[in-house]
Order: sequence, then structure tokens, then C-alpha cells
Amino acid sequence: MRKTASVLDLIAVTKRFTAPDGVSPLTAIERVSLDVRLGEFVAVVGPSGCGKSTILNLVAGLDRPSEGRILLNGVPVEGPNPTVGFMLQKDLLLPWRTIVHNVEFGLEARAISRAERRERALRELQRCRLSDFAQSYPYQMSGGMRQRAALARTLAIEPAIVLLDEPFSALDAQTKLILQKSFAQTIAASAITTLLITHDLMEAVIMSDRILVMSERPGRIVEEIPVDLPDRDNPMARISAPRAREYVDHLLASLHLQEKAA
Amino acid sequence: MSASDVTTAASRAAALEPVTVTHQAASEHPVAPPATGLASPASILIGSVGFGVIFLLAWQFLPPALGVPSYIIPTVSDLARELGRMVQRENLMVHVLSTVTIATVGFVVGSLLGAAMGYVLGMSVFIEKVLSPYILGLQIAPKVAFAPLFIMWLGYNAWPKLIVTVLVVFFPILVNVLQSMKTVDRDLINLARAYSMNRLQIFWKIEVPASMPALMAGLRIGATLAVIGVTVGELVGGNTGLGYLITFGEGQANTAMVFNAIVLLTLIGIVLYAAVAVIEGRVLHYIPRAMR
Repeated sequence: MRKTASVLDLIAVTKRFTAPDGVSPLTAIERVSLDVRLGEFVAVVGPSGCGKSTILNLVAGLDRPSEGRILLNGVPVEGPNPTVGFMLQKDLLLPWRTIVHNVEFGLEARAISRAERRERALRELQRCRLSDFAQSYPYQMSGGMRQRAALARTLAIEPAIVLLDEPFSALDAQTKLILQKSFAQTIAASAITTLLITHDLMEAVIMSDRILVMSERPGRIVEEIPVDLPDRDNPMARISAPRAREYVDHLLASLHLQEKAA
Repeated sequence: MSASDVTTAASRAAALEPVTVTHQAASEHPVAPPATGLASPASILIGSVGFGVIFLLAWQFLPPALGVPSYIIPTVSDLARELGRMVQRENLMVHVLSTVTIATVGFVVGSLLGAAMGYVLGMSVFIEKVLSPYILGLQIAPKVAFAPLFIMWLGYNAWPKLIVTVLVVFFPILVNVLQSMKTVDRDLINLARAYSMNRLQIFWKIEVPASMPALMAGLRIGATLAVIGVTVGELVGGNTGLGYLITFGEGQANTAMVFNAIVLLTLIGIVLYAAVAVIEGRVLHYIPRAMR
């Protein structure tokens, strides 16, 4: 029942890398199972080096799991997949292209006409409230606006799921809040299925429907926390909710951060 | 109230209330320049031109005053007179045209070959690893020293000069392009891969544009080297070009002719370099000027 509606499934996925010495393999993630349902916003939190970004690379098809299976809409991921959009901390905008041309980038490997590509790119820019900057170059824009342009590029391919790998961590605290709200609105308005990878506990609480907590390497999922808060489309409202603080406290305890600091 | 008090007060006020107080500060200090700021562009220009004028005046009047004969250091007016004679008697324009043509053609061909080779090596890690020791060796080898060889092989014509020019331009551009290909942001390439782009699309859409700043830097170096290449080619063999006029003038103990040829070669180099700078400005328009 739950399976039928899930967009992304990881089933007991293990990923090992060859260590620099070439002998002992390094296990990045171990028997990770998770699912993301249609329209759901799931956050993955964990200590640094727990293999969060490994999950992203596997789902994006840039890397293959050592064991286990990854399914997108029930189909195994064999390689780079046009239905996965991903975004990193870096905006990865091409500096030599205008913003609208950057948004078109993801569509250029597809058999669609130039005119249709431009039309879709402009539509995405409108959705991300960047229409006025279509002809600007990345260097002319602020970090927050560039990340919004990157989101527009990601959404332009009409992905089944969007993977966000710490997309706000390079921004200053205030820009971050504004951008979290902007992303949340866009994602909620279009009911986009999202997997957010973050080390920011508050970010996970205020943006997601469900939080998966990972352990230190080798990364395993140690806890699953449904976030029972209103206003998923408005992180700024959630941030001041007293119960958001409780969730963060719970996550702090779950990650044993107090013990580590002591 | 001391001058420093005024400055401090004015700058403090200017920071807080720029509109109201700037006026007041300006009337107190009509020509007060910023204490530690840069000089204005106009004064830099005046300084530069002034330096040039003083240098030329010194060149004109100092050697005669110190008793240096004009066949050792000809004065500026000697050079101008000799230049007029060279135009009339030595077919100067033919020589200039020959040097300009070979420098330009050699620069363009050398750049194209260097860039093409850089991209090919950048595409294939295997070929690059196999060839890199030889490339390094050839890069270190003094290319101009090959000029006599080319003359022995090809004779006293334009080819040896052209080949030397191509050779000296080739390597810095090859190395710059190759280096930039190796340092393209991996995440950008992964992004393109995630969007299902093939190797060729990644090359044209990511790697080539990403290499443009390095290519342009290589072209700047190549533009100056092209003039050196053609000069050496002409010095060693042939009966045309400014390099030939240098050896010809040397044989006649005509220092003024040698000086003039050097000045003209420098001018050709400057024009070539400026042309590259203009192209670079067009190509790299997306990089803020201050960061170039």
C-alpha cells in the first residue's frame, strides 16, 4: 500500500569505497533503507562524514551501490536519470550563460525544440520569482538569488524527485531563512517530492514532513521522526513554534551531541 | 581646530550622513583628496606621459652632452631621420609587412594547433600521461634554437620563420588549455552527467567554455612570443623582415637602423597583444572586470 505511492526506495543499500591504501574498503553507508512518497519532503540529518552525500550520488545514478537496490518509481536506477534533479551547496550555474540559458541547461540533452526549451525555462523562472533576472549573468546576482536560479534549473527538467544537498549552508543566516521560505513555497505549491540532506537540525525540522537520522560512519538510519507541525510551506512560521524546539532537542539527543560536546 | 581633526570629523560625518555633511566638508576643504586613496586616472595619465617625455628628452640631449658619439647611441632625432631614409631607400614597408604577416599567421596557426592539442590531451587522460614527459621536454627546449635547422631543411624563405613562430606560440597555449581541462569543476561535470549529457556535450557545453580564461591567458603570452619567434627566424636567415634589417644594420654599423627595427618590432608586438586583449574582453564579458 505504502509502496505503491513511493517515488524513491532504497532497499538495504550498502556502499563501500576502496580506501587510499587499496586494501581495507571504507564503508560509507551500510544497509540503508528508506522511502520517499509522492509529494513528501524528507530530510536526512547526521554527523559529517556519515555518507549523506553518498546517498545523493547513488540516487542521482552517478555512482552504483555495492549492495542493495535503489528504485525510482519502482524502476531500478542504472545510471544518470532524467527524472532526478539535484542541487548542491554550490549553485553550479555556468558563469558564461545568462540565467535563462542556465535554466535551459538541463533540457539540452533532450529532444525538444529550442523555443519550447526557452518557454519552459521562463516558466520556471517565473515560478521561482526570477523573471526579471532572466538575462542577467550569475556574477550580477546575490548568492541567494543564484541558489533560486539553480532551483529553477533543477525544476525545469520536471523531476520525479529533487535531491537537495545542503543547498543553504553557504548562505548567511538571514538569506538562508528567506531562501528556505522561498524554496518551501515553491516546492509546496507544485507538490514536488523532495529529499533534503542537511546538517542543520532546525532546517530539517522547519522544512520537512519526516526526518531520518543517520549514525556516524558507516552511515545507518538510526531513527525516523515524523514532523507533526503545520505550515510546511512556511518555515518562518514553524521556526517560532514551540514544538519545533522540542523536535530539535530530540534530534540533539538522538545524535548524542550533548555527550560529544562534554 | 587642526587639519586632522577636520578630516576625522568630516569622514565620520560623511559615513553617517553623506548628503548633508559632504557639502559642508567640501566647502571647508575645496580640493581635499582622499587621504589614502588612489590617485585619479587623469593624474596617472599625466604622470605616464610626463615620464615618457622626460625619457625621450634625456635620450635626445644626454648622450651628446656626455660626448657619446651617435654611432653608439643615436639620438631620437637621428632615429627619426634614419626612419625616413629607411622608408625611402630600404623598402621599410615591405619588411614591416612581411614581419607582421608572419607574426600574425604564425600566432593564429600556433594558437589553433596548441589549443586543439590541449583539448585532445585534456579529453584523454591516457594520451596525456603517455605524452606528458615529451611535452615537458619540448616545452623546456629553446624553440628559437631550431631556426637554423629549419633553414637548412627549407631554405631561405618564409617557411622557417613561420614554423619557428608557430612553435614558440604552440606550447604556452597547449599547456594553459590542458591545465584548465584538468581543473574543470568535477561537480559541473557531474551535473551535466546527471542531465544525461554525453562526453561530447560535456566537452562543448562545460569544458570548452570553462577553459576560455586560461586560453585567453595563453593567447596573451603567445602574442608576445610570436614577435620573438619571427624576429629570430629573420635574424638567422632570409632577406626580408625587421629581423633581417637588424642584421643588415649591424653589418653597416648603422645603430639607428637597429634601434628603429627594435622599436617597430615592439610596436607590432603591442598591436598583437592589444588585439588579443580586445578579443578577451569580448569572450570573457561574463567575468567582472575587477576579477580578470
